[in-house]
Amino acid sequence: MKKKRIDLGGYRVQMQEQSPEKRIKNFQSVPLGYSQEEVVKEAKRCLQCKGIPCELDCPINMKILEMIREIAIENFEKAFFIIKEDNPIPAITGRVCPQEAQCEGVCPLYQRGHGINIGKLEAFVADWARLKGTKEKFQIKEKQQKVAVIGSGPAGISCAVDLRKFGYQVTMFEALHKAGGVLQYGIPAFRLPTEIVDYEISYLDEIGVDIRLDFFVGQNIKFSELRKEYDAIFIGTGAGAPLFMNIPGENLKGVYSANEFLIRVNLMKAYAFPKFDTPIVCGETIGVIGAGNVAMDAARCALRLGVEQVYILYRRTKKEAPARDEEIQHALEEGIVLKELISPNKFIGDDKGWLKEVELFNMELGDADASGRPRPIKIEGSEFILKMGTIVEALGSRPNRLFLDKAPELEVNKWGQIKVNNNLMTQIPGVYAGGDAVRGNATVILALGDGRQAAASIHKQIGSSRQSILKWE
Amino acid sequence: MNHIIVRKKTLSKENFLIEIKAPHVAERFQPGQFVIIRISETGERIPLTVADVNRGAKTITLIFQAVGRTTMELSTLNEGDPVLNCVGPLGNPSEIKKFGQVACVGGGTGIACIYPLVQALAKAGNEVTAIIGARNESLLILEKEMKAAATKTLIATDDGSKGHHGFVTEVLHKTIEAHRNSGGISRVITIGPVPMMKAAAEVTRPYKIPTIASLNTIMVDGTGMCGSCRAYIDGVMKLACIDGPEFDAHKVDFDDVLSRMEMFKVKEKQAVEHYQKITLEKE
Repeated sequence: MKKKRIDLGGYRVQMQEQSPEKRIKNFQSVPLGYSQEEVVKEAKRCLQCKGIPCELDCPINMKILEMIREIAIENFEKAFFIIKEDNPIPAITGRVCPQEAQCEGVCPLYQRGHGINIGKLEAFVADWARLKGTKEKFQIKEKQQKVAVIGSGPAGISCAVDLRKFGYQVTMFEALHKAGGVLQYGIPAFRLPTEIVDYEISYLDEIGVDIRLDFFVGQNIKFSELRKEYDAIFIGTGAGAPLFMNIPGENLKGVYSANEFLIRVNLMKAYAFPKFDTPIVCGETIGVIGAGNVAMDAARCALRLGVEQVYILYRRTKKEAPARDEEIQHALEEGIVLKELISPNKFIGDDKGWLKEVELFNMELGDADASGRPRPIKIEGSEFILKMGTIVEALGSRPNRLFLDKAPELEVNKWGQIKVNNNLMTQIPGVYAGGDAVRGNATVILALGDGRQAAASIHKQIGSSRQSILKWE
Repeated sequence: MNHIIVRKKTLSKENFLIEIKAPHVAERFQPGQFVIIRISETGERIPLTVADVNRGAKTITLIFQAVGRTTMELSTLNEGDPVLNCVGPLGNPSEIKKFGQVACVGGGTGIACIYPLVQALAKAGNEVTAIIGARNESLLILEKEMKAAATKTLIATDDGSKGHHGFVTEVLHKTIEAHRNSGGISRVITIGPVPMMKAAAEVTRPYKIPTIASLNTIMVDGTGMCGSCRAYIDGVMKLACIDGPEFDAHKVDFDDVLSRMEMFKVKEKQAVEHYQKITLEKE
C-alpha cells in the first residue's frame, strides 16, 4: 500500500530550458514551455485530491483542478475558458506567481519534489489560446457610468477587464509611454516576454478600455477633478518609488536603484544600445543588494549585459531569501554568486566619483522579527572591503509619493500605503484601491485579485443602485 | 500619442525652438515645470524645460541645444513632424509672487528655462533684472524676448563678443552691489550649466540673498520611480523630478550633481557616433 502511494503521480515532466551558457547571452524566455504531449502527461499526474488544496491556496481560488482535467483530455480551449473565468492574465501569472508558496506548495506530490507544475500548465493553456487567437466570449451591455482606473499594472488590468465586462466606460491612465506597469518596466523579458504583456494590453484596447498614456493623475488633472468626472475610481498605482539605504557614497557614479536599473533595461531596452538610445553602464563586477525577485531580476539582467562577475549581497541566508525558488535556482545556475550574511556599510569611490569598493559588515541571525524571519544582526568590528564597479540596491519600494502628494484627501499609513476597507474602498466613497499601492511589495496575483474584487465592489455600488433599493428593501 | 510640431525655428548654430501640440501639458503648465519627451519607438526619455505655452492653441514651446543623440535628431525634425511622446507638466512650479527686486541668471540653454519665470515674475509686479550669458554672441538666445519681458536685461559672453566680457556671475555681483542702496536684490534665480549655478550661489551667499537653482539632472521616468535624478540638498537625498527641479541653491551639493551628470558620458558619446553613422548611411 505504502509503495503504491509513492509511485502515484510519478515524476514531474521536466521543463526544457535554454542552457545557462546560452541564455546569459540573450533576453529570451528561460523556460521553453511544455509541448502538447508533455503538458498532457504532466496534467495526468494530478491526484485529483478531494479537498483541492491547490485551489484553496490560490489567492484568487482559480479552478485549477478543472483546468488540469481539461488539459489531460487535450481540451485546451475549455481549460482556457475555465482559467479565464477567474484570471484575466494567466499567461503572466503562470510565469510570475510564487507557485511554491501557493498552489504547488500544497500539492501532495510537492513534498518529494514533484508537485504538479501548475504554473507551467497555466502558461501553456494561455499561450495556446494566444497563438490560436482564441478569446473569451462575452457580450458587453453598455452602461453610461464612467470609471477611471489609475495605473495599468496587474491590479489596473484586472479591474479594467471586469469593469468593461460589466459594461462600464473605462478610462485607464498610465504615466509612462507604455502600459503594463511593473509587468513592463520591472519584470525582465527572459522571465516574462514583452510580447505577452503587449498582447494583454492590446486585449484591453480590443474590449474598449480607453488607455491614456503619458498621463499622470495629479499632474495632468487634479485628483479632485477626476472624482467629479467619474462615477468611480480604482487606484492601482503600485509601489514604484525606490528605497535607498541612506549610507555614505550612495550618489557615486555606478550606484543604481533596482528600479532605475530595470527601467533602463526592460522598459527602455538599454541592452540593445545603441540601437535603442537609452544607455546603461556597468563595471566588471556588480553587487546587487537584496534577495527578492527584483534583486534576482537585476542580477540576471546584469549578467546578460555582459558583466563578468555578479554577486547577490544578502544580509540573511538563501533559506530566508524572499525570491521565488525558480528565480534563485536560475540565478545560481547562471553563475551568480550569492554572498550571505553581509550588509553594506558604505560605498567608496575613486577621485573621479566612480564607485570602486564597498565596505560591508558580516551579519549573524538572531531571533525572529515581525516578518517571521530571523533578524540579521551586525557583527561589530567585522568590516571588510569588496571591489565593486556597480551596485544595484534592490531593497524594495514604496507607493509613489508624487501621486499621494497630489491626492492628500486619501488616507495612508506610515509607509504611504492607501488605507481601504474590506471592499477595497478608501475612506472616500466611490474611490477604491488595490495591489501594491495598498499592500506595499506584494505579488502580481494578489494585485490581480484586488483589481477583480474592486471591480465587483464598484459594480455593486454603482451598477444597480436604484434597483437594489427597490428589490431588497 | 503624437505631438505635431507646429513651428520650428533655428535660434543659433546649436539651439533650436519647436512648438508642439500638447493639449494636456498646455492646459496645466506653470513656470518652472518641465516635460519628458521621446521621439521614436527606440528613443530615450529626455527632460526638457518648457519655455512658453499657448493655452489657446494648446501648444508648448521647447528650446533645446542639439548636443546629445536625441536633441540632434530632434533638431532635424520639421513642422508637421510628430514628437512621439510628451508627458508633463512634471516637477513643481516656481514660487511666483512679489519679492521686490529679482535677478534671473540664465546661461546657455538655461536662458530658455528662465524666460517663463522672468515673464511671470515681472507680471507679479517684481522689478526683474535678467542676466543672460553664452559662450559667444551667436549662441545667445532669446535676447529680444528677454528685453521685452524683463525690467532690465544684461548680457555676458565668455569671449566678449556681446555685453560684458566674462561670466554672468560677475554681472550678478555688480547688479547686487548696484541695488544695495535701493532696497537690494531680494531673490536670485539661476538656471544653466551646473558650474554657473554653483558660482551664482557663491556670489549671493555672503549677501544672504535667497537663491534658487533649477537642477537639470539625468532623469528616466521623471515621476519619482527611478531615482536617477537624486541630489543632496543640505545633506538629505532629494529627487529633482518630484521634489524639485528648483532647490535652495545655497544647500545644493553642486559637485555631486555635476559628478552624477557624467555617469553616462562615454555611452552618450557612443550614441552620438552611432546616430551620425546611421544618418550618413541613410544619405
